[in-house]
Formats: sequence, structure tokens, C-alpha cells
Amino acid sequence: MSVNLQIGEDGRLRHFLSIEGLNRALLTEILDTAESFAGVTEQSVKKVPLLRGRTIVNLFFEASTRTRTTFELAAKRLSADVLNINISASSAVKGETLLDTLRNLEAMHVDMFVVRHADSGTAHFIARHVQPHVSVINAGDGRHAHPTQAMLDIFTIRREKGPDFGRLTVAIVGDIAHSRVARSQIHALNLLNVGELRVVAPRTLIPAHVESLGVRVFHDLHEGLRDADVVIMLRLQRERMEGAMLPSEHEYYRLYGLTRERLATAKPDVTVMHPGPINRGVEMDSHVADGPHSVILEQVTYGIATRMAVMSMAMHPVTGQESHD
Amino acid sequence: MNKTTDISTLIDNMAGELRERVSIDGQTAMVGIHTGGVWVAQRLHSLLGINEPLGVLDISFYRDDFTRIGMNPQVRPSQLPFSVDDRHIILVDDVLHTGRTIRAAMNELFDYGRPASITLAVLVERDGRELPIEAAVTGQHMELGEQEHVKLTGPEPLQLEINRAP
Repeated sequence: MSVNLQIGEDGRLRHFLSIEGLNRALLTEILDTAESFAGVTEQSVKKVPLLRGRTIVNLFFEASTRTRTTFELAAKRLSADVLNINISASSAVKGETLLDTLRNLEAMHVDMFVVRHADSGTAHFIARHVQPHVSVINAGDGRHAHPTQAMLDIFTIRREKGPDFGRLTVAIVGDIAHSRVARSQIHALNLLNVGELRVVAPRTLIPAHVESLGVRVFHDLHEGLRDADVVIMLRLQRERMEGAMLPSEHEYYRLYGLTRERLATAKPDVTVMHPGPINRGVEMDSHVADGPHSVILEQVTYGIATRMAVMSMAMHPVTGQESHD
Repeated sequence: MNKTTDISTLIDNMAGELRERVSIDGQTAMVGIHTGGVWVAQRLHSLLGINEPLGVLDISFYRDDFTRIGMNPQVRPSQLPFSVDDRHIILVDDVLHTGRTIRAAMNELFDYGRPASITLAVLVERDGRELPIEAAVTGQHMELGEQEHVKLTGPEPLQLEINRAP
């Protein structure tokens, strides 16, 4: 289902909703296109005229600063017009109301929705209901997927380690259970044939049957980091914790917090990543976050180029409406 | 179909003409347009002994037909390893046809800075211009039918191919 929804009959990207349903060639095309957009920041005029006259709506039902800002900047660097609509999570949005919101925005002739929502499946739902010329990008839905974050992480890894993912060991550490970022990263890294993929977390933060996604599970950080090329730390999602999943943040840091000492078992040139925002002293020590192995700020920079790539690739060409030149 | 022209001779002649038209000094830089233009530019660049490394442009992000055909899936990064400001730039492409590629390339160059001048050099100049753009230096002129297309293949060896659209 999602295959047809995301990829058009011509094989091009139609919507960008989840990594599942995409193929390796398309992921590589996104990475290569992002590489070209990364060069735009070297221009004195940091934008290209590609999406002039197109309107992109950031439809955020869930609070976000970094993701929304980088989507906004990406759209502006493509010369699109951008509208930011923040709908507070508290005003519970029912299906019908959401469709009404959509119809109203479509009546303003928008071309693309960038959607973030606390409920899994919202971006898919919107993609099924928009008009044929409107594209939808998933900027995070519930615990399901955050595919542009996964792509910018993969882009960062490729820049740091080169294009051969087969020789890499990647460890994802932290709250796997609540993380849409981890889910998308796992699908993307598997599509790119990563050498070894590990998840490291306490039992309460690992979803059941996670091995079926093709990962090795570690409950001990020391073991999980051994000889890793890339360590991705996940944010402890305090707002998503229900019940007693963790004794305390202090206890979590004692067992799973990334320190210089703990990092010593990884490869000497290990790359440390974090999707942000960091809880310093919970997921990692400041010495690591600001240290020589950290590429956390590069991830933010690359997020713009990656989102430019996804937006320009998913933007629908205007058909049946020949321009006058 | 295949017109075997000696491309090396054409490029040698272009280099000679460029030497007459442009004073090659520290302010001169050369930029080739992906893909064929880069092949021609690489040879001109070494023939003319230009100091600044060769710049390359992929004009995909500046095309005027994006709204109709969408994103070019094979876009490569543009690289201009020098400051464009106040530079005398020799812009090189393989074929000058409608002029739209050169329009896009000039727009992109100006997003990097304000060059002192731009001189256009093309291997093949054919009929069919849609914009007021002309080359200063041309390797060869061709009169082709509307359905005919000339294409440079390479990089080794460089050859011109003329194809008739079905």
C-alpha cells in the first residue's frame, strides 16, 4: 500500500512518508541530491530558484523547533513560499476536522504539506486524501516514522565514513521503544546493507521482537559499543514515558549515559550522533557531546540539504498547464 | 549518422582564439558545464595554462523547465574552487542550442558572486536559439533540422553524435 502511495507510476518520489516501501536506489538518489544541495551554502546567495512560485505548508500538530526550522529554511533555500501552521496538540484533532483543515489549505493552492503529528499514521492519512498534485512529507508521526531525520543521519554517516555501509558497525543507544527516529534509521540502514546494526537499551525500552528488524540487541552499553564505527544516541523521551519504565534519569545515565570512558571501547575514529535536543547528563556527557567525535551540529546542517533533496524530488511537476515560453 | 570530426583540432583552435580574445592572467578562471562542457573545459584549461583550478557547474537547480519535468535524478554538486567576484570567467559548454542552459549557468554564477566578465566558448554552435545568447568562441558551426540533436560523448574519446528524434 505504502509502496504505491510513495512512489508514482514513473518511479519517482510522490510522497515521503516512511523508509519502508522505498528502495535502495531511491535512498541513494536522495543522498546524492542532498550532496549537491549541500554546496548551495557555499554560494553568496544561499538559494536556488528551483521551487519558485510553489507553496509549502509546515503543518505541525506537535511542538518542534529544529525540525520545523530546518524544513522552513530548506523550503526557503529552494525559493518556495512557506507557511507555518502550528496546531496545538491539546486541541485534539479528529479525523473530520483534520480533513476540513486540509481542504481549506488546498483551496489556497498549496503544493506540499510537511506534517508532524503525535499520532502514528497521520502523514499517510493526509497523503491518501490530498489532491493528486499535492505532495506530503512526513516530519514525524507518533512512534512510527521520522524518515527525513533518518536520511540526514545516513547522509552524515556517508560524509563521515564513505559510501560503503557494508563495513560499518552502527549502534543505536537509548529509548528504542518510543523512537520513530530509531525505527526509520533501522529500515534505512538495512536497505543500505549496513555491516552490523545494534540496538542498546534497558529491557523496558526495547520493543518486543525487535530482532525481526535485523538488529542485534544489547542490554550492556560496554558490550554494545565495542568496535562500533558509529554510535547514535537517542533522546530519552520523558514526555512519552508512561509508568515506571526507568527507575530514574540518574540511574539511566549511570548505566547508559555516554561518557569518554565508555566510548573508549568503540573504534578510535568512532562518530557520535544525536538527533537532538540533547538531555546533557542523561543520554551523554558534555565532554562527548562537544568532543572531537561528535557530529551533532553537522547533523543539523546536513538536515537542511537532505530536506531540500526530499522536497524537490517529491514536488509534483505541473502538468497539462504548459508555461507560455 | 556519426560525423567523425577531429575534436582535438577543434579544441586547439578554440584555445588559440581564446588566447587572442581574453588576456589569461591571475584574474582568469574557467568554468565547465556538466557533463560535456566539463570535458571540453578540462582540455582548454590545460592548453591555456590557467592557474585557478577548473570550476564545474551542474545547472539542474537553475533550469527553467523544472515545473514541467521535475527534478533531474542525476544532479551533481557544482564546485567553484575560487571566488567569482571580479573574475574574468570563461564559460565552456559542449553545444549551444536554445541558449537556456547558458542562461541558467549565468544565473547560478551570479549566485556565487559578481564576475567582472563572462566569455562564452562552445565546441558546437547550432541553430535554434530561443534567447539572445551568443558564443564568443566556437569550435564548429552546424545547421541541423529541428528533429536533429548533436551530442558530445566521452570523456575518452570525445566524439560528436548526431541523432534524429523519432
